[in-house]
Amino acid sequence: MIREITLGQYYPVDSVLHRLDPRTKLFGTMVFIVSLFLADSLAAYGVATVFLVLVIRLSKVPFSFMVRGLKAILFLLLISVSFNLFLTPGTEIFRVGFLKLTWEGLRLAGFMALRLIYLVIGSSVMTLTTTPNELTDGLEKSMGFLNRVGVPVHEISMMMSIALRFIPILVEETDKIMKAQMARGADFESGNLVQKAKSMVPLLVPLFISAFRRATDLAMAMEARCYHGGAGRSKMKPLHYARRDYIGYLVYLVYLVAVIVI
Amino acid sequence: MGIIKASRLIYDYIRRDEEDHVEEVNRAIDGLELDIKAGDFVAILGHNGSGKSTFAKQVNGILLPTEGTVWISGMKTTDENHIWDIRKTAGMVFQNPDNQIIGNVVEEDVGFGPENLGVPTEEIWRRVDESLEAVGMTAYRLKSPNKLSGGQKQRVAIAGVMAMKPQCIILDEPTAMLDPNGRTEVIRTIHELNRKEGITVLLITHYMEEVIWADRVIVMDDGHLVMDGTPREIFSQVKELKGYRLDVPQVTELAYELKKEGVELPDGILTIEELIEHLLPVLQSAGAKAVKDS
Amino acid sequence: MSIRAEHINYLYGEGTAFEQYALKDVSFEIGDGQFVGLIGHTGSGKSTLIQHLNGLLRASSGKIYYNGEDIYQEGYDMKALRSRVGLVFQYPEHQLFEVDVFSDVCFGPGNQGLSKEEKEERAREALHLVGLEERFWTQSPFELSGGQKRRAAIAGVLAMRPEVLILDEPTAGLDPRGRDEILDEISALHKEKRMTIVLVSHSMEDIARYADRILVMSHGEKLFDAPPKEVFRHYQELERIGLAAPQITYVVQRLREQGILLQEDITTVGEAKAAILRLLGKGGSEA
Repeated sequence: MIREITLGQYYPVDSVLHRLDPRTKLFGTMVFIVSLFLADSLAAYGVATVFLVLVIRLSKVPFSFMVRGLKAILFLLLISVSFNLFLTPGTEIFRVGFLKLTWEGLRLAGFMALRLIYLVIGSSVMTLTTTPNELTDGLEKSMGFLNRVGVPVHEISMMMSIALRFIPILVEETDKIMKAQMARGADFESGNLVQKAKSMVPLLVPLFISAFRRATDLAMAMEARCYHGGAGRSKMKPLHYARRDYIGYLVYLVYLVAVIVI
Repeated sequence: MGIIKASRLIYDYIRRDEEDHVEEVNRAIDGLELDIKAGDFVAILGHNGSGKSTFAKQVNGILLPTEGTVWISGMKTTDENHIWDIRKTAGMVFQNPDNQIIGNVVEEDVGFGPENLGVPTEEIWRRVDESLEAVGMTAYRLKSPNKLSGGQKQRVAIAGVMAMKPQCIILDEPTAMLDPNGRTEVIRTIHELNRKEGITVLLITHYMEEVIWADRVIVMDDGHLVMDGTPREIFSQVKELKGYRLDVPQVTELAYELKKEGVELPDGILTIEELIEHLLPVLQSAGAKAVKDS
Repeated sequence: MSIRAEHINYLYGEGTAFEQYALKDVSFEIGDGQFVGLIGHTGSGKSTLIQHLNGLLRASSGKIYYNGEDIYQEGYDMKALRSRVGLVFQYPEHQLFEVDVFSDVCFGPGNQGLSKEEKEERAREALHLVGLEERFWTQSPFELSGGQKRRAAIAGVLAMRPEVLILDEPTAGLDPRGRDEILDEISALHKEKRMTIVLVSHSMEDIARYADRILVMSHGEKLFDAPPKEVFRHYQELERIGLAAPQITYVVQRLREQGILLQEDITTVGEAKAAILRLLGKGGSEA
């Protein structure tokens, strides 16, 4: 079911990519996404492909893990591809009724699909090689300047990190509640929209109550371990740029220029 | 004064209606007197609702007394200047293993407490290494907590407390949600910490098998301390224990039942070995009836 | 009435690299009116197994018959099966959701399409069966104590008038007295209502006291299927798979090793007391 979601899952191996500073990886992901939107030639996509393949090889994460995230966007992918295929004006290849397949459409759809797939794989590379804590640390530090305008950056990143930890737990819990209610004859599938919405009540009430209970428990446990906000906290894994990070930034620069120039 | 001391401790749960008027007052602890010696392994027994968990939360200042005083290493829990000292002196492990692990990776969770205390980075790593080693979870340090068994999660939670260098650990029914293997694993770990590191342990439970090796057993009922002694002293009073909705291990019960029928056995037998040691001579000397296997 | 499972296999993650057997060639038959204890360590497949019995999970291969009917045949009414084979999960918090206990217990019968009167009649009956006093009926289920929540959850399933009741660790987290009370009520359902019971538990002591047959699961396979006394005789094998026999079994075993003539199949305190007193010539006033 929903368990398939790869985004936000960490794949624990030791690689250069794993050891990179999370800020470097965040920035790199941004550069990669930007490059996908700048690229408009086959050659540019070639460069992006080479870059992505190299990064994946460096990460030591099996390729099958990278593509798993694609399942989640399959529907989106199909829709955008078919829109582009049939609704782009240009030289006609053939037509079925009012649907017209054009060379331009084919090209646009191809790029669109590549862009989406690369985007998901690219961000999976980051989440698979960076623990959620590192990720939130990276965000916290790179967004630190927002603190000055009153944005509670530490608190937000702590919330994100906790949310990431509890998502799989709550997903599993949803599954258990559904089964417990199905054992009492509940039906979550049939009926019209109103009936379906109503049938969610026996699922949502226990889920919310459990989430609240977990939240109170967790708050108490955090307090018991002396948590009192970001002030006066030290870091177990403070962020330091190493030489590999500077090399990383250099690689991004070269890559970006290459995509633009080609 | 011992490491934990409570004097005339009273705690009321107060329920208020929307206008903040007191609707219901529930006295969870009622005049508790208690003094716990540093280095002891103390078990607190009591049925659900006896006030034992409320007491646990008093010890590290999560709840503060309605009346009376609790001291941890001489510090009053009501003294706001010392609240973080108190929480790091008396660390707490809760019942639900999932709801107390904050980190997404085992070692990061163990480092959470020291981070909050502002411990320097290198020292955090040293403490994380030591704590994981002490609970035997070093091999799992890079794992996600979601991939661990219940017993392993509780050991991570214990390591998280150990990393704050406490003098005392309070465990509030740490095994209630575990299977028998997980239970043994957690109890063995806390006994080791008590023995090797000299940590004072306050174990709250209602599994009788878990308390037979404690130095001292306290029974709570209705917010009062009703029994206090060594496991042997406590377990020789089977009838009283049952009156407090508790139970005894099967061997203790068998010995107690036999003794009631006039069989000569000492009070408060706790283990299979003890029962055999005392019952065997009785059976053998009974002669003819206890025939040898041919 | 009976549940018959034939060569049940259940695979997790079928077709992926993580493919794993959760159940492997499991066969058994549970007859009318039996009290079956189901034991095994965490991950042994016992929870997966019980979810097959009311059709919540579908076996990868193998067949399950309820009253002789193949539940996987086309057109089989799974919803009806679920009300005949009642399954109570471990945590009552996973099913309680209504504003008061009484409405919550009405949820099951409501799903069976019964009239308001019939629904309420069954809810009252079920609540009485689990011994939940009337003053709790109008309370929010979330304000009940652990033991009472457990009762409300069991009543919620009993209100569908199942013929078989499966309970997944109904006593987890309860204090000793609370545990005994729930087990006694389950035992009463078995004895007085002639209900077939499947009890999943970690406690050998409890199983020894109530069940007349034990199924032991290990790594997805059925290891033993016999009366308690016979299963506990294999205490060494039980230990090997992370389980243990009741303490009394060990006492008797050790005494036998020392040449004391006691029957091997003693598993409860009462039996041991009577047998030892007999040896001592004290008669043994009670069994």
